[in-house]
Amino acid sequence: MTTRSTGEPVLLGVRHHGPGSARAVRAALEQAAPDAVLIEGPPEADELLPLALHKDMRPPVALLAHVLDDPGRAAFWPLAEFSPEWVALRWALEREVPVRFIDLPAAHSLAMTAEEEKTEEEKTEEGKTEGGKTEGGKTEGEKAEREADEAEAPDVRIDPLGVLARTAGYDDPERWWEDVVEHRGAGSGEGADALAPFAALAEAMGALREAYGDGGHDRDPVREAHMRLRLRDARREFGDNIAVVCGAWHVPALARRSTVTADRQLLKGLPKVKAAVTWVPWTHRRLSRRSGYGAGIASPGWYGHLFSSPDRPVERWMTKVAGVLRDEDYAVSSAHVIEAVRLAEGLATVRGRPLAGLTEADDAIRAVMGDGSDAPSLLIHDRLVVGELLGEVPEDAPAVPLQRDLARSQRTLRLKPQALERELELDLRKETDAGRSRLLHRLRLLGIPWGEPTRSRGSTGTFRETWLLRWEPELSVRVAEAGIWGTTVLSAATAKAASEAVGAASLAEVTALAEQCLLAELPDALPVVMRALSDRAALDADVGHLAQALPALVRSVRYGDVRGTDGAVLRDVALGLAERVFVGLPPACTGLDDDGAAEMRGHLDATHQAVGLLGQLEAGARPEDGTPELRSRWAGVLRALSRRDDAVPGLIRGRAARLLLDDGQLDDGEAERLMGLALSPGTPPADAAGWIEGFVGGGDGGMLLVHDERLLALVDGWLTSVPDAAFTDVLPLLRRTFAEYESGVRRTLGELVRRGPAATTRDPAGGASGTSEAGGTGGEAAAPGFGPGLDRDRAAAVLPTLRLLLGTDQDGDPARPTARRPDSDLTGARP
Amino acid sequence: MSAKSETSTTTANDQALRPHAEDTFAHELKALAAADDRPRPERWRLSPWAVATYLLGGTLADGTVITPKYVGPRRIVEVAVTTLATDRALLLLGVPGTAKTWVSEHLAAAVSGDSTLLVQGTAGTPEEAIRYGWNYAQLLANGPSREALVPSPVMRAMAQGMTARVEELTRIPADVQDTLITVLSEKTLPIPELGQEVQAVRGFNLIATANDRDRGVNDLSSALRRRFNTVVLPLPATPDEEVDIVSRRVEQIGRSLDLPAGPEGMDEIRRVVTVFRELRDGVTADGRTKVKSPSGTLSTAEAISVVTNGLALAAHFGDGVLRPGDVAAGILGAVVRDPAADRVVWQEYLEAVVRERAGWKDFYRACREVSA
Repeated sequence: MTTRSTGEPVLLGVRHHGPGSARAVRAALEQAAPDAVLIEGPPEADELLPLALHKDMRPPVALLAHVLDDPGRAAFWPLAEFSPEWVALRWALEREVPVRFIDLPAAHSLAMTAEEEKTEEEKTEEGKTEGGKTEGGKTEGEKAEREADEAEAPDVRIDPLGVLARTAGYDDPERWWEDVVEHRGAGSGEGADALAPFAALAEAMGALREAYGDGGHDRDPVREAHMRLRLRDARREFGDNIAVVCGAWHVPALARRSTVTADRQLLKGLPKVKAAVTWVPWTHRRLSRRSGYGAGIASPGWYGHLFSSPDRPVERWMTKVAGVLRDEDYAVSSAHVIEAVRLAEGLATVRGRPLAGLTEADDAIRAVMGDGSDAPSLLIHDRLVVGELLGEVPEDAPAVPLQRDLARSQRTLRLKPQALERELELDLRKETDAGRSRLLHRLRLLGIPWGEPTRSRGSTGTFRETWLLRWEPELSVRVAEAGIWGTTVLSAATAKAASEAVGAASLAEVTALAEQCLLAELPDALPVVMRALSDRAALDADVGHLAQALPALVRSVRYGDVRGTDGAVLRDVALGLAERVFVGLPPACTGLDDDGAAEMRGHLDATHQAVGLLGQLEAGARPEDGTPELRSRWAGVLRALSRRDDAVPGLIRGRAARLLLDDGQLDDGEAERLMGLALSPGTPPADAAGWIEGFVGGGDGGMLLVHDERLLALVDGWLTSVPDAAFTDVLPLLRRTFAEYESGVRRTLGELVRRGPAATTRDPAGGASGTSEAGGTGGEAAAPGFGPGLDRDRAAAVLPTLRLLLGTDQDGDPARPTARRPDSDLTGARP
Repeated sequence: MSAKSETSTTTANDQALRPHAEDTFAHELKALAAADDRPRPERWRLSPWAVATYLLGGTLADGTVITPKYVGPRRIVEVAVTTLATDRALLLLGVPGTAKTWVSEHLAAAVSGDSTLLVQGTAGTPEEAIRYGWNYAQLLANGPSREALVPSPVMRAMAQGMTARVEELTRIPADVQDTLITVLSEKTLPIPELGQEVQAVRGFNLIATANDRDRGVNDLSSALRRRFNTVVLPLPATPDEEVDIVSRRVEQIGRSLDLPAGPEGMDEIRRVVTVFRELRDGVTADGRTKVKSPSGTLSTAEAISVVTNGLALAAHFGDGVLRPGDVAAGILGAVVRDPAADRVVWQEYLEAVVRERAGWKDFYRACREVSA
């Protein structure tokens, strides 16, 4: 490393995204005043660089390079305000000094990544190759980025800063860097040589690279050869007074002398693809390591703060923190701020650090402002340490890959964006239509409402969808905005869904999201959503929410099965949810008022239906243990409900008894007993009325009673057995329920009862059993109120149609309640 | 005047059942003081760094080994020590069994060389225990004077620039707690009867301990809370650590109760600790399933008592081997504190987690039996 006096270029080795580095770079550039600035980055972006000065350009932004015809393969070079590269770029542009990017062209690196992925399973990506020092650096491709976290095995890839830090006795390289470089303050004295720290660092890196060679970064020699060549070109063009800003790791390699031929040799025969480059807005969250994007610094917000605050960073930080906490209604006074600053500084002394850092600040906030609890610290971490900052990119930046991907999908699916509103009928059994449906659903998830689903006018089959399409001009803006989620519609929708699932506030939101994921076919997002779903379900104490979520989820399970998606995960979650409902329901049914009871009855019904459906699916998946257990457990819950008294409202108890009866879990004698119990004189009238309402179905239950002969027989049988003395007491209760029925229904009921019980339900009616068995109801007697004789031939003629309707074959077992009603209708119909 | 705060040692050290920290570790403190070249706050025996080292352990330059007194996160100790050097007092929070008292004693011993300036908080702690009392014979004979005044440990600490300790701060009635406000903010203790005051000398600070999840405590007023920096002492970080603590304590208690304890019980101990940890953390040990947390504290101390109870059951009514049935009732009692809400939590946990777990069938059955 040499200064300009010797006629050599100034090599500024930096840590990507280090505010200290950024400041030092600015100082060094001021001092060296180079005639050209070279920066580590894809040279394809050279022509885009002037946009960095655009008034609408606001960091954090990222340079995005992607394969032209496959936007899924992309690489990002994120730049924050405090990135040394950004500082150098702005410095050069403001002074109209030529600025160039000198890294290996993205055309090569993208192609190389693709090849590496193809040839070996080894997880390779460039950002990581730069080791710890570039943990803020550059990554390639979303896949690679995701892998970066997993591949964080320091023993495989040597982390140069880690080695330096360990040598200095630090266990955390970031802290070491902070102490040695970032915390040097704005100016280390007026006359100090701004280049001195870079010289020292270059020397240290030189020693490291002597010891470790490439440190196992296979692509480095090629990249460095390219940088050397570009450096040589620049020297020919601009003279020797040139500054190079690159990762500290590369400095020794750039200073090394090598021949042009040797470097050219290294670059020979590199794979190549057509690459396009653009600026995209970036977020602080994505800069942070936690978001799953391997390239990252843990605390972009803190770094931004360090970079932007002119002095007293800790004091200013604490003031900011206090502001955030006050907005959240924490009582934080200036005295708190003072004490927190004092504690942070004291801690720094105890820990032997030159200045309080983020760790000290965090500890101090927890002890002073947060009463020792984690909640404020987490809040601060989210809002300030990481920060919510979203970058902006001027409109004249080239189109984002998401847009290209969308255009491509629109072409292949023959679905043109038109401003005119039109209706689109989709038949999901057709490949193209299914693809269109997926695209529209994905776009909706991304907040690009090009199509709105509407109710089909004609058929309502599961395989049909109707959309209202209209392309508004501002949707293009939405597409550009959605660009931060990913480079293809699929990957963007997946990322968005996953992030929404994590951030969702209520259980219902997540359930809806799960349904959307299935519709949009986002298999990669589903596990995350399911995870969030089961977490929320576990923590939601309101059984109502759970019961609400269950039907939608069961629908999803079934839908997933129809579409051939692997529903195993969904099914497990649904089963877990059902389990929680079972446990929580009985206690939740106590002490309800009328409205609450009515609502709970709705939950009871919904759960019952869902359990029936789930039981079927379960039986299909695991014949040996699924159905009986789930259903019998549910029956157990219902039985417990129906037998409890006082605390559980009559409505619920009656409903539970009825559901049990429908399922054949309750024999008639027991049902009669329960009815007698509920309607006996000791029961408060309102409660008894509620019971009968729950049992026979309330206002619209009249029709049920007309058609469900057994139920009628039961009520009738019980009524006739009521002693004369008690009858007058019961009468008002029954009247209350029956008065709600329509007059026609009441008349029919009266007629049915007047016709009298032809056969009691306990009698085995020989004539009917043969045919009704096919319906699966078990040997039902001829319905009470009807003659015992059955015209077998006429009944048999209906059966094929009936089977078609129910979708069963000869021995099929359709859900009982649905099957029995039409069945009894038909068998009971008389010429 | 409460006599219990007068703890001046009259017993010879070698005969005390449990000598004070500053006596037990006198040689370590001496070696640290000798090796310590960092700046010390006024009247501190050691520098903050040396105090932290005393608690966390280490080896000095001269080869003296400092035994670790507290096993836990380093930053907690650092924050605690640093707090003592600031304007604010230190409040150690934690559920039972997290070594609050232990840490407080050692901090006082290392900072001031004296851990005996102690006020034990109870529901009956009077104001005199924190301020001052009177020697009534003197008072009647000579009228109010400094000679008739009986200083509290807090007052003595203020006068001498030492570290005072208040144990179980939240047990003290709220009006008595608030006596501390003047002491901590104005650093003075007025004696209106004499028209005098005692001003705190540099070096004075106060360590309070409190249990943050117990019921039936007097929460600190926010005015008082503002005078404290709060440090929460965490529960054991790993299951193995906790199992280790539980089994060690159970063995000690068992020995004094003449309970037989064999290695056969280890499985059950591990199970109890697992159940406690999972319910406490709200997530299963494999990190896959979330569960609700009950209202009880489920501290390590409670785990110990559940296991001890189970051992007693097994010894007196069973075959001497700790079985699922022996601990089930104890766990139920520890978990279900609020009969309505906690019961749901517990049953959900049973059905969603325990039922599915391999090798836990017996336990599940035993729990179902006692929960039904």
